[in-house]
Amino acid sequence: MSTKITVTVNGAKHIDKVEPRLLLVYYLRDVLKLTGTHVGCDTSSCGACTILVDGKATKSCTMLAVQADKCKITTIEGMATNGELHPLQEGFNQCHGLQCGFCTPGMIMTAADLLKNNKKPSEEQIRAALEGNFCRCTGYHNIVKAVQYAADKMSAPRARKTKKEAAL
Amino acid sequence: MIPVSFDYQKVKTVDEAIAALSNDNSKILAGGHSLLPAMKLRLSQPSKLVDIAAIASLKGIKEEDGEIVIGAGATHADIAGDKLIKSKLPFFAEGASMIGDVQVRNHGTIGGSLAHADPAADWPALVLAADAAIEVQGSNGKRRIKATDFFTGLFSTSLQDNEIIVAIRIPVPAQGTKTSYQKFSQPASRFAIVGCAVMRFPDGKTNIAFTGVSDNAFRDSNAEAVVSGKVISNDSIAAAAKAAVQSVNILSDHYASEEYRKHLAKVYLKKALQAVA
Ligand SMILES: Cc1cc2nc3c(=O)[nH]c(=O)nc-3n(C[C@H](O)[C@H](O)[C@H](O)COP(=O)(O)OP(=O)(O)OC[C@H]3O[C@@H](n4cnc5c(N)ncnc54)[C@H](O)[C@@H]3O)c2cc1C
Ligand code: FES
Ligand code: FES
Repeated sequence: MSTKITVTVNGAKHIDKVEPRLLLVYYLRDVLKLTGTHVGCDTSSCGACTILVDGKATKSCTMLAVQADKCKITTIEGMATNGELHPLQEGFNQCHGLQCGFCTPGMIMTAADLLKNNKKPSEEQIRAALEGNFCRCTGYHNIVKAVQYAADKMSAPRARKTKKEAAL
Repeated sequence: MIPVSFDYQKVKTVDEAIAALSNDNSKILAGGHSLLPAMKLRLSQPSKLVDIAAIASLKGIKEEDGEIVIGAGATHADIAGDKLIKSKLPFFAEGASMIGDVQVRNHGTIGGSLAHADPAADWPALVLAADAAIEVQGSNGKRRIKATDFFTGLFSTSLQDNEIIVAIRIPVPAQGTKTSYQKFSQPASRFAIVGCAVMRFPDGKTNIAFTGVSDNAFRDSNAEAVVSGKVISNDSIAAAAKAAVQSVNILSDHYASEEYRKHLAKVYLKKALQAVA
């Protein structure tokens, strides 16, 4: 029995018929060919498969595609706008937040959830937020720096605007 | 890992869910964070999933007729961030924020956790310590099950086959009630190797519940008797720890031996009692 789903992925609407047992991560990777979302453990442990479902960090290996019907999904492919890297992507690049890069898409999506609710997270808060994302390479320090870089960059334009407003 | 094929139905109301559960081998799907991993391992092979995530009436958290009412579909993250919970049942917010990780808290629900009754889950200890009632609905209408009657063994509860948990109801604690939840976590999953929930009322009555220690979470009446109505001091804390986890079967696994778990239970009880002193 297949079920019709309508999902918006990175701004584009998709209508597909899927088997209920199809996991969301395989819908993204195998049906939509969005292979930026990785499968690390397939046991809900590593966070490599993290995406945003209606803005919330979600392990896409632990959700069925049918559960995502009518949801808005953002994957790593949806982070850059008009060829310009998202501040988180730029941060991972600038701060050497990755080595093999396997964990990076999941790290970035979880960090995006954090920064949505907490514009200026402390180091401790960043580490707590990334608890469900494992990295076998970096030792995490530069990942934390990358998230701090993004937090600073994302709050900077607002600060400039305030100055400009103050000058007016 | 791919689950066995199954049918899927998304329902909008509790009545619809109860009707959809008539098939013997159908199961409720809430946050999916216990059920889907089990289905991927094929430890669980339901023929049909009834998805209750879209039932609006299972969502909210409110105060009503002297009770705090938490909808079964409230996620761990909903509860951790809720103002009413933070002010009136702070250990529910603390406990919720210690579950798994952000991604798990965004999807897993309190109702799913209670129904699943994992011996290492956090909610069972919390609802026991809070004198909660589990409100369930089945084809014969609604009934309330006291938390102390709810957990019956390893992954087992007194829920009937076609019953759905709809809410968790907790009497609003009197002003001045203190609570604490202390947990020694499994380092990867964050499940409780030992979790101790304590609620101490202004009159000195003290509720103590453990999870992770035995086949199911339980109230420790021996330890309660030592501190209830008495001043909490180093001596009474030591006496309560001595009396704790005496007449239960203590779990042993590759994370913690029976002896170590028993020791941890006493240490975490001490921490919790110090926090409410
Ligand atoms: C990586 C990871 C780490 C975790 N860490 C922790 C932790 O530290 N502490 C902890 O306590 N838990 C932990 N969990 C478990 C998590 O809290 C689950 O979300 C929870 O146990 C189940 O809730 P759910 O909504 O996901 O239920 P589901 O998985 O959807 O369902 C679980 C069971 O309950 C039944 N059910 C669901 N809702 C209802 C209802 N309303 N009425 C009747 N039956 C129902 C289902 O049929 C199923 O049998 C972890 C899970 C993962 C994947
Ligand atoms: S692949 Fe989903 S958590 Fe590891
Ligand atoms: S960079 Fe290799 S796993 Fe994180």
